Amino acid sequence: METWGLVSLCVLLVLTGKWAVSLNSYSGAGKPPMFGDYEAQRHWQEVTYNLPVHEWYFNTTNNDLNYWGLDYPPLTAYHSLLCAHVANLINPAWVELQTSRGYESTSHKLFMRATVLLSDILIYIPAVLLYCFYLSDGSYKKKTAMALCILLYPGLILIDNGHFQYNSVSLGLTLLGVVGLGLGRDLLGSVAFTLSLNYKQMELYHSLPFFCYLLGRCIKQGILGKGLLLLVKISLTVLVTFALCWLPFLSDPQQILQVLHRLFPVDRGLFEDKVANTWCSLNVLIKIKTLLSRDTQLLLSFALTLLFILPSSIKLLTKPTLWQFKLALVNSSLAFFLFSFQVHEKSILLPALPVCLLMNELPLMATWFLVASTFSMLPLLLKDGLLLPYTVTSLAFLYFSVYFLSALDRSSEEELRLSPITQRCLSKHILSPLIKCTFGASVVIMAGLSFMSVAVDPPAKLPDLFPVLVSIFSFFQFLVLLLYFNLVQLTDLSVKKGPKKTN
Amino acid sequence: MAASTSQGWSWFLALAFGVSFLKCLLINAYHSTDFEVHRNWLAITHSLPVSEWYYEATSEWTLDYPPLFAWFEFGLSHVAKYFDAKMLVVENLNYASPATVLFQRLSVIITDVIFIYAVRECCKCVREDKGKDLLAKPSFILATLLLWNFGLFIVDHIHFQYNGFLFGILLLSVARHLQNRHFEGALLFSILLNLKHIYLYIAPAYGIFLLRCFCFTQSNADGSVKWKSFSLFRLVALGFIVVSTFAVSFGPFIILGQIPQVLSRLFPFKRGLCHAYWAPNIWALYNIADKALSVLGVKFKLLDPNELPKASMTGGLVQEFQHSVLPPVSPLVTLVCTLLSIVPVLFTTWRRSKGARGFLRCMIICALGSFMFGWHVHEKAILMAILPLSLLAVESKEDARTFLILSTTGHFSLFPLLFTASELPIKILFMLMFTIFSFTSLKKLFSKAGWLVNSLEAVYLLGLVPLELICEIVYPLTRWQQTLPFIPLLLTSVYCSLGVVYSFIRLYLSVFTAPSNKVKAQ
Repeated sequence: METWGLVSLCVLLVLTGKWAVSLNSYSGAGKPPMFGDYEAQRHWQEVTYNLPVHEWYFNTTNNDLNYWGLDYPPLTAYHSLLCAHVANLINPAWVELQTSRGYESTSHKLFMRATVLLSDILIYIPAVLLYCFYLSDGSYKKKTAMALCILLYPGLILIDNGHFQYNSVSLGLTLLGVVGLGLGRDLLGSVAFTLSLNYKQMELYHSLPFFCYLLGRCIKQGILGKGLLLLVKISLTVLVTFALCWLPFLSDPQQILQVLHRLFPVDRGLFEDKVANTWCSLNVLIKIKTLLSRDTQLLLSFALTLLFILPSSIKLLTKPTLWQFKLALVNSSLAFFLFSFQVHEKSILLPALPVCLLMNELPLMATWFLVASTFSMLPLLLKDGLLLPYTVTSLAFLYFSVYFLSALDRSSEEELRLSPITQRCLSKHILSPLIKCTFGASVVIMAGLSFMSVAVDPPAKLPDLFPVLVSIFSFFQFLVLLLYFNLVQLTDLSVKKGPKKTN
Repeated sequence: MAASTSQGWSWFLALAFGVSFLKCLLINAYHSTDFEVHRNWLAITHSLPVSEWYYEATSEWTLDYPPLFAWFEFGLSHVAKYFDAKMLVVENLNYASPATVLFQRLSVIITDVIFIYAVRECCKCVREDKGKDLLAKPSFILATLLLWNFGLFIVDHIHFQYNGFLFGILLLSVARHLQNRHFEGALLFSILLNLKHIYLYIAPAYGIFLLRCFCFTQSNADGSVKWKSFSLFRLVALGFIVVSTFAVSFGPFIILGQIPQVLSRLFPFKRGLCHAYWAPNIWALYNIADKALSVLGVKFKLLDPNELPKASMTGGLVQEFQHSVLPPVSPLVTLVCTLLSIVPVLFTTWRRSKGARGFLRCMIICALGSFMFGWHVHEKAILMAILPLSLLAVESKEDARTFLILSTTGHFSLFPLLFTASELPIKILFMLMFTIFSFTSLKKLFSKAGWLVNSLEAVYLLGLVPLELICEIVYPLTRWQQTLPFIPLLLTSVYCSLGVVYSFIRLYLSVFTAPSNKVKAQ
């Protein structure tokens, strides 16, 4: 079969799966008065369609910011506006000011689901295919298999096509940025990433590696000669892209400040709900939220985040290769997720994207992380009534990534990129079985906890027992994997070899 | 796909798991009234004594499958009570709690294990290339064509029916014949007949084949029958198998004296010539020809509009289609046409036996012949031809060509089964997936350059794309949607019937033109 046939089959399969997931319930379905993220997205369409640009981020009589006020950067707002125009063509009641609040119907759900699938088709899927076919090794079958595995990542499918969000846009743009940089198209890559940053401010988790990689390249080309020129070009591109995105808000400094205030709501606290990061897990032992003042919390989280991202960033700066870049993206975004301020459980998708890119090189660890990340969102998915798609997509992903990428067979220390360390302290034959057993055990624990969350009633005294257990166990896995990925990145001494070719 | 061929059957498991995962994802999708039909049967068999099974009529969906299927539902109901016992109450009409949906859907998905096993057995019978590329191996292509079959998938796992395990038994029976294990094959088929009597249509092929190739143990050099080689033992053994299966199935009802009642449920002749949505067969063409003639007749003043039957304009929506120009068709006429269409091929099978593969071809023609000419045929019955034809498609280029045309048009004619907007993307995406796979893989298998279909056929098949656009997107926006809502269905069935008729003719000719097979009847 030709490449195009195989690729189109793979894309069609993924689209069928995504649409099948989207037949299920969404966040806040039939739950007045606040509903959920679905209503938030619909509300943004309503606001952007009916109000002038300068009212979008302000609390006015027609724009109650306490009811899902717009708190994403301008590009999201423009996207909402675009969708709203289409919605208005089909049925004006969907976006009518005020009266459309909490609007729900079968056809509206179809429309909203279709907009998500369309953004997948236009941005995320092409980005993944570009990455797999231009930046990974192997035969075309191997590349297609990898693309299939990445596209089947359940976390993104469940949140975008189930829970309801447009993460595939921002993640897809970031991925296009990676592809651009990987292919040496630094300017295009920077534009893509800047757009992504202007779609969702959480993309800041990825920004440091982008910065360090580009800066490192400039330094390598000679910071006083060609490198400087490149640096200026990149900076200008980024600035112009930013300016274009923010054009309607630039006339008034008040506007800019208000948008920034909406984007970074510092007053919402260290964490909300149950999230598998350090603060929420630590909270079980020490009540940090009450113990420390807000400013101390901010400082502490900032310091810890910085501590964890600095080593990988500095390493990347000195050695700006694609391999280092991908690892740095993982390490930076995962550190942000674990230690920074005001993290949502869905933000695990940000580290998950670069981990997807490692599926060819580190199949076992990448699969582990991706399964764990889906598991960490279990309480949220249960709330949305997505148990069935969660179970099916997770099992499918686990099965296919183990089958296609032979994850379990490729777990020697060489292939785990741990040889620089194990040569010193561990015997050769222990590592592979040890890691496989740990992997198996954690999959079993995750399955067990998933089952208990659904089937067992928690004791009356501890109603949150299972969500807390889920987030603590996920946190634990994330921490171990963060250390692992850091280890791999920092011990990557093989200057002459570079990333090892895998068939 | 990336796994090497040396890994044996792991690719097969991957295919089976993949499609099963997709089936599980669709548990919450739309399901038709057939869901309620089967829930009702669960309730009837669970809560009533056997003597009342074929008399119970609280629901309009009375039990109209043979007794073994009722026993199958009885067995299922004993698992169902652990999911939600309320679904087993006969009076709970249209009961569809989440647990009921989960149970019924899972029961289809899990009984498909039989289908998966049968597909594996069929793949073992395929002549194997030594080629290294897994994607071009006939067994891989066959497995995908069967396991990922579009029609079976949407009929069973969205529309809701239990065809999967039934076709599993059919394919297993075919595989057993291909493996020369004829007693097993015969037993499986008689069990199948007692599960769903629609398979009676292909019983003639079984009868002729077993008699000719199994009861007569030898053929002459020219392939004709050697009368002296008759084995009475084999005939008696076969008879014993068939009779005992029927005895187990119908025995209780014979003792109860309910056979007339059971038969009247199994064969309701009160229905019309065509189903509400015309299956793409000869009668769809006959109906449309009648329509065209009456319109022309009125236009050229040959017919008086007042004398024409009034209901005929809404054809496609009402059960009864009244012909206005052409003579009406009675059940007897359809029966005679069906028999006439299959007798020549049965005769050829008798005259010049071509072994189990010849039998398979004969069986497909029986299935397709009854689909073409049968009384009140459902569009779903096309699967009875498409699935077995997959086996032939991976072995010969000409059959592959027929398969591509038949499967594409036949599957497209299933589109009206799913009319809900939410499922529209699923059926289009899955159909594209199956069609792209069958075209590219069979092309790779047989021809290095150019497609398997010729340009005229390609144009016809590509015509399905604008047809779909018109039927599901453009037409609903026009004002005719209100006054003439049946036009899209009519267009679909007429357009598809051309392809099905064409495939039928091609297949028929292949019986007479195919070079005599080297495989001797044993």
